[in-house]
Amino acid sequence: MTIAAADQITMYRNMVLIRRFEEGVAEAYADGFIGGFTHLYIGQEAVATGSITALNHDDYAIGTYRVHAHALVRGSSARSLMAELYGRSTGVCKGKGGSMHFFDLQNYFLGGYGIVGGNLPIGVGAALSMQMQNRDAVVMNFFGDGASNQGVFHEALNMAKLWNLPVIFVCENNFYGIGTDVRTSSAFNEIHKKAQGYGIPGHVVNGMDVVAVREKCEELVRYARQGGGPVLLEARCYRYQGHSMTDAGKYRSVAEAELWKKRDPIPRLAKSMLESGIVDAVRIEAIQAEANEIVTDAMSFAEASPRPAPEALYEDLYVEDARA
Amino acid sequence: MPEIRYYEAVSQALAEEMTRDPRVFVLGEDVGLVGGTFRATEGLMAEFGARRVRDTPIAEAGIIGVAMGAAMTGLRPVAELMTLNFGIVAMDQIINHVSKARYMFGGQVNLPMVIRAAAGGGTQKGAQHSHSIESWFVNAPGIRVVLPSTPYDLKGLLKTAIRCEDPVLFIEHEMLYNTKGEVPDGEYLLPFGVADIKRPGRDVTIVAWSKMVHEALRAAELLAIEGIEAEVIDPRTLDPLDLDTILRSVLRTRRAVVVEEGWRTVGVGAEIASQIHEALFYELEAPVQRVGAADVPTPYASNLEKLALPDAQRIVDAVLKITL
Repeated sequence: MTIAAADQITMYRNMVLIRRFEEGVAEAYADGFIGGFTHLYIGQEAVATGSITALNHDDYAIGTYRVHAHALVRGSSARSLMAELYGRSTGVCKGKGGSMHFFDLQNYFLGGYGIVGGNLPIGVGAALSMQMQNRDAVVMNFFGDGASNQGVFHEALNMAKLWNLPVIFVCENNFYGIGTDVRTSSAFNEIHKKAQGYGIPGHVVNGMDVVAVREKCEELVRYARQGGGPVLLEARCYRYQGHSMTDAGKYRSVAEAELWKKRDPIPRLAKSMLESGIVDAVRIEAIQAEANEIVTDAMSFAEASPRPAPEALYEDLYVEDARA
Repeated sequence: MPEIRYYEAVSQALAEEMTRDPRVFVLGEDVGLVGGTFRATEGLMAEFGARRVRDTPIAEAGIIGVAMGAAMTGLRPVAELMTLNFGIVAMDQIINHVSKARYMFGGQVNLPMVIRAAAGGGTQKGAQHSHSIESWFVNAPGIRVVLPSTPYDLKGLLKTAIRCEDPVLFIEHEMLYNTKGEVPDGEYLLPFGVADIKRPGRDVTIVAWSKMVHEALRAAELLAIEGIEAEVIDPRTLDPLDLDTILRSVLRTRRAVVVEEGWRTVGVGAEIASQIHEALFYELEAPVQRVGAADVPTPYASNLEKLALPDAQRIVDAVLKITL
C-alpha cells in the first residue's frame, strides 16, 4: 500500500460524507424538499473519492448527472450543494442548476451534465485549453457505461488522442444504463478496451476499493501530466439504489445487489485502516459523527435559506445584455 | 474605401482578432491547410500556425464541445461548422450545453465562443445542404444569432462576436461569399442589437436579413418603378433583435413585410410579425405579411428550387398585396 495514512483518512472521511450526504438527500427528497431527478451515488463512493483525490487543486474534473459526490470531493461545501438541491439562492448555482447541474469554478469542477456523454467533448476542450496555455493541469472526465455507446464518446476519445491531450477518462461502470444491462446495450462490454481502438491505454480497476482506485489514478494522472496523452480507466462499481429517486431498480436481483454490498468500500477501508493501526475505532466513530453533523447542518442551512428572488429569473443568461 | 469580398471579411476579422488577443483560436473541418471550404480562413494557418488554426476531424458535436470546454477555461475559440447543415449533428452541444451553461450554473462561467457556419440555398445543393434554420437558434435563449448581409457588416460584427463574453452563432450565407463591398482600412466594430436601414422609404417596411436583404433591395427597386417607396431594414442580429428600429419604421409606413429564406412556418418572420402586431395593431393599414421558403425540403431541380426559395418577385407580390 502506497497511499499515506493521512490520505487514507481523508478518503475515508470523503466516502462517509458522500454516503451520509446521499442518505440525507433521500430523506429530503421523500419529505418533498427536493424535486425533479435526483441520482444517488451510494455504493460508488470509492470511484469519485479515489480518483478526484489524486488531482491537484487546479486540475479540472467534469462529470455527468450523478455528481453530488464529485462536487463534494472537489471541495464544494455540503451546505452549498444541499441548498442547490433544495432550490435555494444559497446553492452552488443559486438554485438554478439542481441535482444534475452542480458546478463550482472555484474548486475547478466544470459541472454536471444531464445528457449522457455530453460532458466528454467539453472535458477534452478543457484539456486542449490547458495544453494551448501551457498549463500543467489535467482534466478528469467522468462517464458511465451507457455513455460509451454514444457518438460523442468516440469523438472525444479520437480528438483527445489526436492532439495528445492530458485527459483521464474515468468510466464509472455500474453495469446498468438506467435499467438496461451493459451486456444488452454494448456489443463489446470490456469498456476499458474500447480505448485501444483510439490508441489510448485502457485500464480497469476494482471500483469498490478506494485505495486501488487512488493508486491507479495517481499513476494515470502522472502519465497524463507528463505529456503521455489521454488514458482511460474503467472502475467497476455498483449503485445500491435505483437509477434515480423514482426508480425502484426492479430489473436487478436481490442476490446481485447483496453480493455487491458485501464489497462496500466504506467498511473495507475502515477495516484495513484499523488493521494497519492508522486509526482506532474511536476515530472511525468520530468521522461518522462529523459527517452526520455536516449533513444535518447542511439540511438545516438549506431549509432556512431563501428561494431565489423572482428577479433572478432573467439573471445570469448573458454577460452582456445587449438586447436593444 | 477598398472593396473586399465577403469571405475576405471573415479572414480579415479573424486575423485582426488573433493578432490582438492570443486567446483567440480557430478550429474546424478544413479550416487550416485548405483555408476553409469557402476560403474564409485562407492564409490564417500560415500566419498563426496549426495550433491556433486547428484542423479537426469530421465530428461536429465534438468540435462544439471542445470549443465550449476551451471557452470555460480561458480561451476564446472560433469554431467553424463548415455549414450549418452539419450543425444539426451538433444541436445537443449547441442547445443543451453551450446555450444553457451560464444560466444553469448560476452565472459562474462565461462562454466567450463563436460558432461560424455557412448556410442557405440557391445553388442546387439539394435537401440536406440548403438550410436556413436560424429560427431554431433564435428560439433558444442563451446564444446570440448574427447574420451579416455585406462584407462591411460581416467584418464589424465578427470582431464584436469574438470579443463578446457570450456564445454567438455567426451565420454566413453561402451565396454571399463572393459578393464585394466597401470596407474601411482601419479597425471598426459593429454593435449587436442595432439594425441597419439599407434603404429608406415611406410606404412599406421590409425586414430582411442575410441574402434576403439583397432580394429585398431588388424588390424595392421594382416597387419604386410602381411609385412605392419601400424601407429595407436589416436587423443584422436576430438575437438580440433591434425591435425598436423596426417598430419606429412601421409606425411611419404602417405596412410591413418580413422576409426570410428559411421555412415560413414558425419562422423568425412569424415572431417579428407577431411583435409588430402586438405593438402596433391599431396603427397598421394592413396585416403584416410573411415571405419565406415553401414548407418542403429544398428540391434539387433548379426550377423547383427557385419556386421553393423566396426572391425579389415574391417580396414584390407580398408588398403589392398590402399597398394596392
